[in-house]
Order: sequence, then structure tokens, then C-alpha cells
Amino acid sequence: MAGMELLSDQGFRMDGRKPNELRRIRFKKGVFRQADGSAYLEQGNTKVLAAVYGPHEIRGSRGKALHDKLLINCQYSMATFSTQDRKRRPRGDRKAQEMTSHLKQTFDAVVLTELYPKVQLDIFVEVLQSDGGNYCASVNAATLALMDAGIPMKDYVIACSGSHMRDTPIVDMNHLEESSGGAEVIMAILPRCDQIVFLEMNSRLHEDHLSGVMDHVMVGCKDIFNILNQQVQDELCQKTELDKIVTTG
Amino acid sequence: MLTNKVFIKKTKMGGVMKIVREHYLRDDINCGSQACTHNCDSDGKEPLEEIPISDSKLVMKPHYLVPDTNVVLHQIDILEDPSIKNVIILQIVLDEIRHRSAPIYKRVKDILASSHKHFYTYCNEFNMHTYAERQPGESANDRNDRAIRKAVAWYADHLKDTEIEVVLITNDAGNRKQSVLDGLKAYTIHEYVRSLSNMSLIDRLANPLNQMNQDNNGKVLFAEHLGLAEIQKGIRAGRFLQGTLLISRENYLEAFVSVKDQEKMIFVQGLQNLNRAVNDDNVALEMLPDSEWSCPSSMVLAEDEGKDEEDEENRALNETVVDNKVPKELRQPTARIVGIIKRNWRQYCGILQPSIIKERTRHLFIPAEKRIPKIRIETRQAQTLASKRIIVAIDSWPRNSRYPLGHFVRCLGEIGDKDTENEVLLLEHDVPHQNFSEAVLSFLPKMPWTITEDDVKRRRDLRHLDICSVDPPGCTDIDDALHCRELDNGNYEVGVHIADVSHFIRPGNALDQEAANRGTTVYLTDKRIDMVPDLLSSNLCSLRSKVYRFAFSVLWEITPTADIVKTDFTKSIIDSKASLTYAEAQLKIDDPNAHDNLTKSLRGLNKLAKILKKKRLDNGALSLASTEVRFYVDSETNDPIDVKTKELMDTNSMVEEFMLLANISVAEKILYEFPDNALLRRHPAPPPSNFDPLIKAAQSKGFTIDVSSGKALADSLDQAVVPENPYFNTMLRIMTTRCMMQAVYFSSGMLQPQDYLHYGLATPIYTHFTSPIRRYSDIIAHRLLAVCIGADASYPELLDKSKIQSLCNNLNFRHKMAQYAGRASVNLHTHLFFKKRIQDEEGHVLFVRKNALQVLIPKYGLEGTVFLNDDGQKSSSIFVYDEENNTQTAGDVTIHVFDPLIVQLSIDRSNVQHMKLSLKLVKPMIPGFSVQSVREVQANATGSQSKTSTTDLPISGKPPQKKKKRTH
Ligand SMILES: [Zn+2]
Repeated sequence: MAGMELLSDQGFRMDGRKPNELRRIRFKKGVFRQADGSAYLEQGNTKVLAAVYGPHEIRGSRGKALHDKLLINCQYSMATFSTQDRKRRPRGDRKAQEMTSHLKQTFDAVVLTELYPKVQLDIFVEVLQSDGGNYCASVNAATLALMDAGIPMKDYVIACSGSHMRDTPIVDMNHLEESSGGAEVIMAILPRCDQIVFLEMNSRLHEDHLSGVMDHVMVGCKDIFNILNQQVQDELCQKTELDKIVTTG
Repeated sequence: MLTNKVFIKKTKMGGVMKIVREHYLRDDINCGSQACTHNCDSDGKEPLEEIPISDSKLVMKPHYLVPDTNVVLHQIDILEDPSIKNVIILQIVLDEIRHRSAPIYKRVKDILASSHKHFYTYCNEFNMHTYAERQPGESANDRNDRAIRKAVAWYADHLKDTEIEVVLITNDAGNRKQSVLDGLKAYTIHEYVRSLSNMSLIDRLANPLNQMNQDNNGKVLFAEHLGLAEIQKGIRAGRFLQGTLLISRENYLEAFVSVKDQEKMIFVQGLQNLNRAVNDDNVALEMLPDSEWSCPSSMVLAEDEGKDEEDEENRALNETVVDNKVPKELRQPTARIVGIIKRNWRQYCGILQPSIIKERTRHLFIPAEKRIPKIRIETRQAQTLASKRIIVAIDSWPRNSRYPLGHFVRCLGEIGDKDTENEVLLLEHDVPHQNFSEAVLSFLPKMPWTITEDDVKRRRDLRHLDICSVDPPGCTDIDDALHCRELDNGNYEVGVHIADVSHFIRPGNALDQEAANRGTTVYLTDKRIDMVPDLLSSNLCSLRSKVYRFAFSVLWEITPTADIVKTDFTKSIIDSKASLTYAEAQLKIDDPNAHDNLTKSLRGLNKLAKILKKKRLDNGALSLASTEVRFYVDSETNDPIDVKTKELMDTNSMVEEFMLLANISVAEKILYEFPDNALLRRHPAPPPSNFDPLIKAAQSKGFTIDVSSGKALADSLDQAVVPENPYFNTMLRIMTTRCMMQAVYFSSGMLQPQDYLHYGLATPIYTHFTSPIRRYSDIIAHRLLAVCIGADASYPELLDKSKIQSLCNNLNFRHKMAQYAGRASVNLHTHLFFKKRIQDEEGHVLFVRKNALQVLIPKYGLEGTVFLNDDGQKSSSIFVYDEENNTQTAGDVTIHVFDPLIVQLSIDRSNVQHMKLSLKLVKPMIPGFSVQSVREVQANATGSQSKTSTTDLPISGKPPQKKKKRTH
């Protein structure tokens, strides 16, 4: 019978959001003691854990080392319980490999790699629950984890997805919207320098709509940035207050 | 604010899955009322009036109505009435309707879009104050009822500083009781409608009988229907089958069910076994034991109209035809219906059965469609409706009622009136013909429409070319134009320019959905039911002369021997220099003194078209005949005064040839780019046995028809010529047409390439591209082609092969229905034409059947049946049928196929709802069977001067019927 109505006549999406609204974002940095940096992030029902190790000596064959910059090693995986139909193989399938290489590409562009020649940095991302926008949540979580680890970066790197539905651009798609078959634009940007570091599109989207969708995704990234940055700053202030008390006390 | 919706879903594999979805609640949802005293952010959408005027004695104060789901589903006829205004449709109600009934959902959406109705959708599910979380142990229905009450309570509170009351309309007693406990106003729709001053609405209430009289002394006539859960269990276990019910046209107590994935149809017989299923319902079946299997009885149960209805009710049970004296070899798999999976009731046309007791309000309604049972309705206007065609909807069919219960919807008009009958035939052929709704019209371009600089940049400017259109006279929806010019290298450039409809109709909006649903423009003899609104069909898209129009152009470079060197597709702007008729174009071509560019262009086209046609025919394309009828209509009364068959000119086939070429070129291009989801058109080769009647008929005149291939068939048809009967060859071609299969649209991914074949045109691949104004298939072809050349965006549904296929299924259905409606319209006009006359005409025997002759009347292109054992005549045994030689013999007269006859035409009015053209044999003279010719009757009747029944009325310069229809 009648399929889903992804955007109603009243201008609401299936989950009650308006086209330009993000899902709820919550996060916590430093959730893992063993790692050098870590972060847990929720974007709606997509929940991701990121951990950063390093920089440290090259592991395994030394031949991989880059003589003039840092080697970033990424690994993306999905928990067996992350999707509705339980996954058989959490790692190493084609999709995970692709995602791994996308993440590497993204962080190569933003970490100041030339500061650490001949050593290695590991970024592990595990999707605990998947409800659309896995790449975006992974990037955002990994950014926070890198900050937590104190790795120097050009800027935050923030990712967001978007599409075009009934002549309206929408941002931050959930799983239901992603699986509707429409085109999806995924973008990672450096929000303070307006620089795009990653752009992917699946399925065809007419060039007339592309710039509109990209503009909205850009705004979506900046909104995410503001949310993350606000909390990071607040926590920083609290910490310095605390430090003051400790040192003066 | 956020909550998670958790629900359990069954997967296709039968497993159970828990699904968690986010659900955001907000506090910025507009109440939609102009009276609002809060600062709701309205976005300019405030359809609910500030002071709604109350017409109700029950709720005297101004008020808004909030109907629940069942009220909307069942009483949509009431809600549609112009006097019902200011209604709040809750999101939860709208969602449920969307899942339960697509047609009603569409009607609700149309009401919501209409600005005079003041209906408003309130998103109660997204509002934090009205969202109702399902509580443990609460059923989904209870939860929905509670959500509705919560929304009503919210509205009541939200509008408490105004005069306005909010009234819940529900027929659920529990819900009403709870509402009263909650301090809300709640009434049934019946209470509310009865309190209105507009009394005529009461007739249109659905189902008043069901609750009021459990009549028939509570006697149960039918077995209970099983519940859906039980049915599904049974189907999975293999005890039940599922299928769509098709009642026999001959006998309303017999039906076949087409079961999915099963070739053979299952037979159902008798009132009991049919168990209240109505034609087209989706039903669950249980097979009967072999010993009870039966077969269709050829006995036709005539509905006897004179009998009193009560009498008939008592007869009901005895009527079932169960006697298993059916011989074993004839028995077919037979089943009984145990439950209804989905009703497919629609509105039905028909008349009231004359009632003996005039004052009674309960009446039986006789549908025009013979497959639909009579329907019991309640009306106070029986006397005024007695001679009218009316529309009735079924509401329910309780176990204790012989007939389904329904309600009166509206009156169409006097029986026999042309407008009424036109409407009837549109309704009966399911042709959507309402005026376009406001929602649809809102997507039309704003006038005055101009071409912007941006448009010019994106399109190839072809305004300098000498383009013209060639169409039948009076054509206003011009979808194609052509040009041809000689190139420096001696080749020709030929362009076919098609109206760029897909520029104006964007995928997925209400306009697009409406066009997709209509599927095609329907041509009746005196009326055109457009697929798209007039502004597009007759103006912005129509390639009229002397105005700039957008086109989708196919440009070829063609050698003088009509070989294609190059094909190019582009969106363009054109400036047609002339809109010609076929005759005008012919005159220009033939005029030796004309040497202007336009004429040269036409001559070039004509020359190339002839070569193309020859190539096509050499290839084995069939040139078949069909009789198209054209009426000469009295310009004042619009009644037909004469009938003529259409004739074809050279220029007809010139245009046709290039349209075929364009369609083929586009088909190749879109299939190349979209091997899985190209919309194509195929015409399967008929199975050889289809040709048997043709071969037999030709043999009787000594000709052999070779049907081994299209080419062989075309050749042998060309050779079958009898000099003394020039109509013989045409008749053979008409017969060949009857042997053919239906051409259908399909999605390329659903079939193997060898099945793409178009047999009639002898081309391996074909599509429709050239008439987007009047066919939706062409719009899809345009969109696909536009994506191919990067001129437009694709969208998910366009790339999905099964979505395209289901679109094709609808288009195929609509085209078939449009064709039937067109034929029915010709019949209607024929009946009106012969209503006042009896006429003798020359005819030819097309088929000889067991009890009848099928006769073609070339003068009118009409076909009719001469029944040989008409029960009115006492001559049932006069004729002897010779199956071997396909002849009928009476005495010393033997009638063969193709024999010329004289027949007398008149109208048989024995059935008010179905007038028939009746043919009686005049010549050859068979004593006791043939009738006297009209002239003889007149001569015998005292040679009176007055022509009581005319043979020929003088026809003077009346405008011919304006109708455009091409088959390519
Ligand atoms: Zn308000």
C-alpha cells in the first residue's frame, strides 16, 4: 500500500523534525582510560565510540613508516548488535573497508601530520548502534577523541549528510531516510575555514540541486560544530576553574 | 523534546524484530485557527475561520469538528459536501487513512487543499502536549482514541479564550463516553448531521440501516467471515488461497478468482459460497472437496424487476444453484469464500428499482454494472429519483442481509440524457474525470508565463527553423511539430519537436500524481477528458504557431535514401510557423506554385516518409485496418445527425512515419542508458492459433494466409484481393486486427530483450515519446531521455524498475479503459443517432457464429449482431449451422463470411440501462425471419406523404466531430 511519506505536506519528516533540523547530539570526551584520547557520541540513535592511540612507534613492518610525516591508521567497525539484523562479520567487509579509507582520507587532511614524521597514530571507531549517518558520527566522534588526545589539528573536522526531498533540501538523515533510495550527499568540512575535506555522493542528483543541498549540509556541519564547540569550551572553562582551585587551594 | 517509538515488526521471513525509531516532540506546532489568541507561528497557514458559523441545532456556538478515523473513512461523502467546513483532521487520523484506503486518502487531501473548505491538518503526533505514549496493556486502537481525545482537549484549552468550541465526531460509543467523562463535547456523525438544516445530507450518511434495523428477524443468511489473522494463518498453512474475485458478466452468482502465481482460475458458485464478496474484492478461499466441484452454468439468470423486493428476499436462499449433476469431465476446481482480505468497493452508477409502496424510504438500487449486486439504500427522495441515474456507495454487508447496504451519493441526471450517459460511461470505466483539484492546480506555472534568460541559456534555440505542426482539424493539444531542411552535403536535417511537458510537471507533486493516475487523455465522441489541466494541454505545452514554446527535439541527419547518419536529442525553444490540418498540408505539397520554405520542408518530409514507410513495410510491419467512426453533430443540440468513417490522407502517414522514427530512436537511447528501468512498449507476436478464424475465412474465398512471420502475413494480406468486392481486403485486415495481442507498456528490467519486440511495427524496440500532453508514458520517456542528456534530474522512483513496472500496470489499465470508454461513447452516439430512426443499410458478414451473424456496416464503420434464434422470433430452428464450412443455412439460402447483406438498424430499448443497437435481416429474404425493408413498409402504409422513419436526412455543412486520436 501507500509507502512512507518522508516529508509531509505540513513540512515534517517522519521523526518530527523539520527539513533543516539536526537530530539530538550528546557526547562525552575521555570515556576510556587506556586510550590516549577517546570520545563517545550520539547523533539521534546512532551511537559511536572513538579511541585514539599514539603517536607511537610503527607497529608491524617498519616499511610502512613515512619519512616526513605521521602515518594515520584508521579502523572502522560496527558492533554485531548495531543494526536490526545482527551482523555476522563485524569487521573487514567491503563496506567497513571503504569507510576506513574514507576516515583515513578525512583525517590525513586535518591532522598536522608533518609534526610527527616516522611514527604512527591509530584511530579506532566502533559504531555501537547504527541509525543512519555512520560516517558523519564517526568523524565527529574521532575529532573529539583526537582533541582529547591532544593531537594538533588545523580545525575541528565536522561531517554531516543531506539530501533533496520534494524540492526541499534536508540534513542529517536517519536510517529510514537513507534507505528511501534518494541521493545522499555526505560532506566533511573544516567549519572555521569553510574548507571541504571530504565529499561523497551516492545515486544521481541533478547539478541544479547539488549546490542547494551542499549549502544546507554546510550549515548543518556548522550547527554541529557550534553544539560540539560550545560544550568543549564549557568543559574547558570548568576544568580551568577546577585547576585554579587546585593550584591556589 | 525527544521520545523513542518502540514497536515490534514482523519481518518477511516470519521473524520478529524490535524497531526503535526516534520521535521528536515539539511545542511550535500551529493550531491553524484565525481565532487563535496565542502566538502560534502560522506560516500563513490558518485555514480555520475566525468565526465559523454554526448551522447545527446541537452545537449552537461556532465550532470546529474533529472527526475520528472511521468517520472520515466512511462518511467522506458528508465531509466533501460544501456545507461542511472548519474541520480539523488530526495527523494520526490522516496517517491511518493513508494506510487503510488510498482513494479516500486522496479525497481527503483534495479537501485539505481546497481553500473554501477550511480544513486543517494538525500534527498532533509531533506536539509534546498532545502526543500520547502507548501504555502497557493498551491496544493500538485505544491508544489512538486516547490521542484523539487528548488533541481535542488541547484544542479546547488552546481556544478557551475564544467563542469557539471543539467537537469530537465519533461513532464509537466507548470513545464518546470517555470524552464526556473528560469534559469534552462528542457526538456521532448521525446526531450531528441530523441537527443540520441541510436535510439532504441525511440521505448521504453511510450505514444508518446497519445500526437501526437488524432486520430479517435476525435471521442469519451467511457464514461468518474469518478474521485477518486466521486467514493469514490459513494461507501460510496452505488451507486457504488468496485472490481477486471476478464475477461473471453473464451470471452474477458465479465468479472466478485469479489466484496469485497460479494460472488456472478457481471457480466460485452460488450466493452462499460467494459469501458477500463483491466483484474486485480481495478474498480468501477454501477449496471444496472434489465431489462438490462444479462448472459455470450457461443458464443466464435474468434479474426480474417486476417482483416485490420482500418476495425476492425470501427467495434468496433457494436461489443458490447447487445440484451436482455436473458431469465429471466438466468440473472445475471450485471453492468457497471464507473471508475478505480487502474490499475494493467503489461508487456505482445505476437506477432505483421501482417500488410498489411509494412512501417507503428503503429501496433497492440496480447497478448498471451487471457484476454488482443490488444495493439496499435509504432515501426520502425516491419519487424524484425514479427516472434518474444515481450514484450509490456500499457501506457494509451484514450477515443477515440478502443485499449489501449502502447510501445515496448523488444524482447524475435523467436516464437517456446525453450528459448523464456520458458521465455514466466515464464512471463505469473508472475514468478519473473530476475537475482538477486546487492542490493540482497550485503546481501550474503562474501566468503570464515568460521565457527567462536562464531558459534560453539551457536550451538550443531553434526559433529560426521553419517548423510546423500537422494535425486533425480543430486540434488544440498539439504535441508534435516537424521540420526538414537540406544540408550542404546533400543530406537532410529532419527534426521532430515534442511539447516539453516534463518541464512543467515536476516529479512527485500533486499535478504529477494526478497525471500519473489519469494516465491518458480520454477522447469521447463529443468530449475530451484531459490528463493535464487546460492551461498546459491547450496553451503552454501546445505547440501552437506564432508563439515561442519549449520542446524536446529529436534531430536526425538523413540521407536522401532515408538512412540515418546521426541522431541528436536536445531541449529546445521553437517557433512554429504554422498549425496545419492534414488537408492544408496536403494542398501545400500538391500546389505546383508554392515554393516557400515551409512547403519545401513539407515536401522533403513527405518524400522521406514514403521511403521510410516502404522500408518499414518491407521489414514486415503490418498495415491493419480498423474502423474509426466520426459523427456529424448538430451544432445546436450536439446530437449526432450523421455518422461517417474516417478517411486517411498522405500527410497522415507522413506525420505518423516520423513519430514512429522518433519513438524508436528514443527507445534505443533510453534503453542504452537505463537497461533496467526504461519504459518501453511491446506488442507480443500472437500465438498461431489466434489466426485460425482469419485463415478459415480467407480460405472460403480461396486465399491462403501465411502467418509464419509478420512479413509473410503482411504479404499474403496484400495479395488477398477480390476485384468485385473492394471491401473484402479491408475486412480481412479488420479480422487480422482482432487476432492481435494488446500492446503494453513495461519496464525493461522485467523482461528479456527478445520479449521487447513490437510485432505490429516490426521493430525490436519501441516506446512512446511523441504525445506527452495526452499520455503519461511519454512523460516518463521524456524524463528518462532528459536524464540521459543531462538536461534534468533523476529521482528515486524513476530509477526503480519495479516502480516503473507498477506505473506501467496502471497505464495499461487506463489505456484499456480509455479505449473501452471511447467505444462505449461511440455506441452511445450510435444509439442516440438511431433513436429516432429505423434504417436499412448494406453490410458484410464478418463472422458466422453458432447462433448469430457478426455484421459490419461500412457506411458507418459499425459492427452489430444479427441473432439467428432470437426468442422474439418463432424461427429459432430455421438456421442450420455448418461448423466445418462456417456457414448458416436456412432453406435454400446459405450465408458465408464476407457475404453482402441488407440489414435494418434500430434501437432495442427493452433494458433502460443498456440500450442496444438491434440488427434485423432484410436481404437475403428468408421467409419467417427477414423483416420488410423500411421503404416497403412505407409504401405499404397507404403511401403516406410523411416520412415516419427516414432513411436519409439531408446533411448541411455541419462541423465534423473534433477528435484527435492517433495510434502511434
Ligand atoms: Zn494557536
